[in-house]
Amino acid sequence: MANSSEALGSFREEVKSWLADHFPSSLAGQAGAVLRMESVDRSNPDLDLWIKRLGEKGWGTPTWPAEYGGGGLSQLEAQVLNQEIDAIGAFNPLIVTAGMGITMVGPTILEYGTEEQKKRHIPKICLGTTFWSLGYSEPNAGSDLASLQCRAEDMGDHWRLNGQKTWTSGADVSDWCGVLVRTDMDAPKRDGISFIMIDMNQSEIETRPIRLIAGASPFCETFFNNARAEKDDLLGDLNGGWTVGKRLLQHERQSQTGSSSGMGGGQKRSLRDVAEKYVGLDAQGKLSDRDLRGRLADHMMEARAHSLTIARIVAESRGNAKVSAAASILKNAAARVAQNRAELLLEMLGSHGLGWEGEEYNADELAAVRTWLSGKAMSIYGGSFEIQNNIIAKNILGLPENTQRG
Amino acid sequence: MAALTEEQALLKEQVSSWAREEAPVSKFREMRDRGTETGFDKGTWSAIAEMGWAGILIPEDQGGVAMGHLTFGVVLEELGRQLTASPLLTSAGTGACAIILAGSEAQKKEWLPGLSDGSQIFALAVDETPRHAAPDQIALQAEASGDGFILNGLKVHVPEGLSADAFIVAARTQGQPGESNGLSLFVIQGDTPGISRKRLRTADSRGYANIEFSGVHVARSALLGELDEAAPLLEQILDCGRAHLAAEMLGVAAQAFDMTLDYLKNRIQFGQPIGSFQALGHRASILYTEMEMTRSCVEAALEALDKGDENTAELCSLSKCKAGQFLHHMSNELIQIHGGIGMTDEFDAGLYLKRARALEYALGNEAFHRDRFASLRGF
Repeated sequence: MANSSEALGSFREEVKSWLADHFPSSLAGQAGAVLRMESVDRSNPDLDLWIKRLGEKGWGTPTWPAEYGGGGLSQLEAQVLNQEIDAIGAFNPLIVTAGMGITMVGPTILEYGTEEQKKRHIPKICLGTTFWSLGYSEPNAGSDLASLQCRAEDMGDHWRLNGQKTWTSGADVSDWCGVLVRTDMDAPKRDGISFIMIDMNQSEIETRPIRLIAGASPFCETFFNNARAEKDDLLGDLNGGWTVGKRLLQHERQSQTGSSSGMGGGQKRSLRDVAEKYVGLDAQGKLSDRDLRGRLADHMMEARAHSLTIARIVAESRGNAKVSAAASILKNAAARVAQNRAELLLEMLGSHGLGWEGEEYNADELAAVRTWLSGKAMSIYGGSFEIQNNIIAKNILGLPENTQRG
Repeated sequence: MAALTEEQALLKEQVSSWAREEAPVSKFREMRDRGTETGFDKGTWSAIAEMGWAGILIPEDQGGVAMGHLTFGVVLEELGRQLTASPLLTSAGTGACAIILAGSEAQKKEWLPGLSDGSQIFALAVDETPRHAAPDQIALQAEASGDGFILNGLKVHVPEGLSADAFIVAARTQGQPGESNGLSLFVIQGDTPGISRKRLRTADSRGYANIEFSGVHVARSALLGELDEAAPLLEQILDCGRAHLAAEMLGVAAQAFDMTLDYLKNRIQFGQPIGSFQALGHRASILYTEMEMTRSCVEAALEALDKGDENTAELCSLSKCKAGQFLHHMSNELIQIHGGIGMTDEFDAGLYLKRARALEYALGNEAFHRDRFASLRGF
């Protein structure tokens, strides 16, 4: 692994020339168009080719060990790779086509899986050929996740699953699902939970997509009716699922902190330009709505503070950014910045920020409305704003637990 | 962004333990109770200078150690935690920056060694109205006369105005307020005839004065930088001061946060530490998040000054504004979460609240820098 600036420089050259040879130029800047979780356009031959090339190189999962099909790169090398990917308008499609495989399940299997489990699951994630979903929340277990009731019974040679999960992103298109299930009905609630990996291709599992305030969504309700999981698909210890599941959520938060991920960033329209177009500048070059101007500046400063904080945390961990409690801070800040941006954008568009469909509205305007609505989920999923604040209070600040709690 | 170096981390530890032992907030309180005119303790200032902290920004051949703004910020932050009062920021920070950025070789030789060893105290005389204004609003007149200039006008609320041995004065040598051309900087000995100082008694118990210039005659050698062209330089000098202030503000707020966290863990009501209640725990989490974001801005601005980045002005306004917002929020929560005890003069919360507002005001408050940031970003 190369970490000196010289070695990183020559690695950068290697990346540039590999990308030049392997990234189909027809896809440049097209991440948003071809990669939508509810409908990845697999009929696009260039996208398929790009997924195959990137997957075989291991660079869709750059920091994972090469022995399981990952790229074997250091964090600093991966940063270089992401920068170069961004620079030419390329993107890492595997982050979407593997579902939760890359951002959450894979890192957790690498940490808790047996050698055999790693060999069975990781290479397929690296190649982007398995789509993973996650069964965590239930209708009556949201923020209080540990009260989950979906159960797995030990049938001797396999597990039998019964119960309902909800908010399972991509369950309807997934090949595998990581499910938190109750395996001991008598233990205190956190102590009777296990993490089981289950093959979704069976008729005993039913999925129903959920329509959201922003329209169609990748989320599903998932029903397990005597579904079968193999004995060796238990991840981590029996009844040790709470630990595995919590760790996975830390990986989720890490992926929601707003750090550069090679997902084709830098394509967002500048708020300043939208403001100039829809609101207008006065003779002094100042936004004519002074109240909006102040709030816009405030938002831009908050966004800058957030990106500087990501940079600082990466620098302080000396390039080995690991999952940490800081992810809770960054997740809350990222949600606030994105939601505030969406609200400001909507406000600037005026009545054009209320369009749902139709040719009276342009594509950017319609996208702004959907982004505004779907963004409300950012402070709910992956542990709500309030749950993150509980984590910060307890794990970082060391504040005591309330003993009056039930 | 870079992380603090080992050397900087070590210095942080050193300043922190010195401040807690030798210049803690109780010492500031004693000084306030005694009513010291200068608003700082001379012994404390000598000790700071002896440790070399006044020379951090000053080149080695002028008696300093040239360790840069980020290092200077580390010291200011740790002293800020204890509300340690000294002319370090105004004199060894802003004053030294003025000479380093604008001074001729002769002026550097004349002033920098004294700034570095603390024997000279400089003050920046810039504000003329109760609200910090952009430099183009400066009205104080400096009229060419013979081989020098004659200054007439008033500078208000000048930090360390009573103790300053010399002033950096921003004056108008051409044009009208509202024009950015026609500004010049001068370095003027405090005992020059025609200068009178009026002590201000402020809520934060530090040493401010109104400085009146009435027919003050200075030689041409007092001119700092180019005649009539000082506006961009003055902005740079002010930006140094803003980034330094933000570092001190971060320290003041970080200590207020620690005091509050300690109280949340130890104050028992309803049979529990009050920090176990979510209504309070969440407020602590939100303050902590703000503190982490503020630290990133503070360090980024100091680093930009060290590297001479193109977007330094933007980052300095970001830093001053973010530090101001956090300190404002934190100092109010310090009082509120402490409840009745926070209102008593015997407890330190009031000292932090008062210092907070004084620092927020200095060189432009949150609203000033929000406006400046927007202008710099072209809207």
